[in-house]
Amino acid sequence: MLHQLEGSQAIARSVALCRPNVVSAYPISPQTHILEGLEGLVRSGKLESCEYMNVESEIGAISVALGAESAGARSYTATSSQGLLHMMEVVYNVSGLELPLVMTLGNRAVGAPINIWNDHSDAMAARDAGWLMFFAETNQEAVDLHILAFRIAEETQCPVIVNVDGFILTHAYEQVDLPSQDQVDEFLPPYKPNTSLTVDNPMAIGAMVPPEYFMEVKHLAHRKQEQALEAIENLGNDFYNKFGRNSGGLVHGYAIQEAETVVVTMGSVAGTIKDVVDELNREGMKFGELSICCYRPFPVSAIVSALKNARKVIVVEKSLAIGLGGILSREIELALNGLDVQMVSVVAGLGGRNITKAMLKECFLKKSSGEVTFLGLDEKLVNSNIGSGL
Amino acid sequence: MFQVRIHGRGGQGVVTAAEMLSIAAFLEGKHAQAFPSFGSERMGAPVMAFCRISDGEIRLREPVMEPNAVIIQDRTVIDATDTFLGIVAGGFVLVNSNSDIRHKLKKVTVKCIDATELALEHVGKPIPNAVLLGSFVAITGILKIESIVAAIKTKFPGTMGEKNINAAQAAYNRVLRII
Repeated sequence: MLHQLEGSQAIARSVALCRPNVVSAYPISPQTHILEGLEGLVRSGKLESCEYMNVESEIGAISVALGAESAGARSYTATSSQGLLHMMEVVYNVSGLELPLVMTLGNRAVGAPINIWNDHSDAMAARDAGWLMFFAETNQEAVDLHILAFRIAEETQCPVIVNVDGFILTHAYEQVDLPSQDQVDEFLPPYKPNTSLTVDNPMAIGAMVPPEYFMEVKHLAHRKQEQALEAIENLGNDFYNKFGRNSGGLVHGYAIQEAETVVVTMGSVAGTIKDVVDELNREGMKFGELSICCYRPFPVSAIVSALKNARKVIVVEKSLAIGLGGILSREIELALNGLDVQMVSVVAGLGGRNITKAMLKECFLKKSSGEVTFLGLDEKLVNSNIGSGL
Repeated sequence: MFQVRIHGRGGQGVVTAAEMLSIAAFLEGKHAQAFPSFGSERMGAPVMAFCRISDGEIRLREPVMEPNAVIIQDRTVIDATDTFLGIVAGGFVLVNSNSDIRHKLKKVTVKCIDATELALEHVGKPIPNAVLLGSFVAITGILKIESIVAAIKTKFPGTMGEKNINAAQAAYNRVLRII
């Protein structure tokens, strides 16, 4: 059924449709409205058989979720920015223990300097932590990706982070189609854990692994993620067949068939980029857009097959590896190794800097210098600081 | 696509106004997107919110740069921020003010309504957003007053909603008489 909802409320209702048994909650902007929404649904009895636990910190939130998952409960939590960093030790434990937890990351910059606005720095801090990572372009995709996330997590025994652009999506009112409880129940069967900690069947999980086996454990984790690519693609198709929306899968291409230049990105900025692509194509140019929906595992084959005919690839990303440059752009470059493609790396929107159609259009038409472009950078300010010896 | 930018101060329901406008548009089967200019949600600080209304899907995520309409809930923000920035030719500005606003805008209509007075009369609080939404639809005709009423009811189901509905309706009728 169609609703006009704030993104966070839409996500809360979608998570509730997945019938989590445990929600652990600690607030941090911009994800707080999601957990508040879930609290309301638990308190009003709309979400039954769910223990909503207020905890004292983010590390408490993820530790509770880890414990609950270990006991066989479908669990959920959400965080942003420094909150994720505060969780980080346990983030690695959740994936190492193969617990299918689902967590929403309301994407926000990481300080210092402190900044509450949107970028993907927080997500990048978890990119090597062994979780599957999806990025939503719209609030409809955010709704759908949470339903998919629980199903994929439990089928692959991998935890999932669903990335949703902080404020831009979490605080935006837009139209979303929320599926019925029956539809979600059909798509997402009750969780049956492979093993769970119970008093009746005592055992230990997370024992120390010595050098003789540790490499094998990590190799298997890597293989498992690679194998998850197929499940993510197939379940994306199943979701499409059931709900009629192509929200899941690995990558989403727009006008890429004829495109000479393809702009690659993740998250909500894809919408603005598509508007620019349409404008440029109306002016007789050949542009396309590719959204990386599944960022981990990194879908190399899907990316290569989408970009193999492009002459130029422009990666627009909201993240920066200080001392290296773009992160997604380096990964795309590696994926396209051996293809005759010109690569352009654009870092945009850090700390909530506006990304406008006009800025993107100018950037896409500019001849590339080979250097990383920082979209909308105040060159004068930067140069005056360099002049004064940083 | 019709784009609206709402200016005011924290606590005056600026963000809520944009949200209710989007709900009203949704109720008429249109696509609508409402979002705040984030991070300044302190009581009394200048606040901005945006609303886009369209017959088709809205993909654009930039702030509203070229509004068709600007709603100013508090005339003291006019000098504090660039409230008239980017208004399109033929656009209009609706200001909560009990006196006329001096401006140099060409091809832009500026209308004033004493929204605070009407809010105090009907709501009992100086929250002008419902009054301004009622005035907005009276001037533009892009949405029905019934949709604004339903949107207020969705956001505020209780007595407060009823009072705001009366305020919006009174403003709608007053503006229709003037224009």
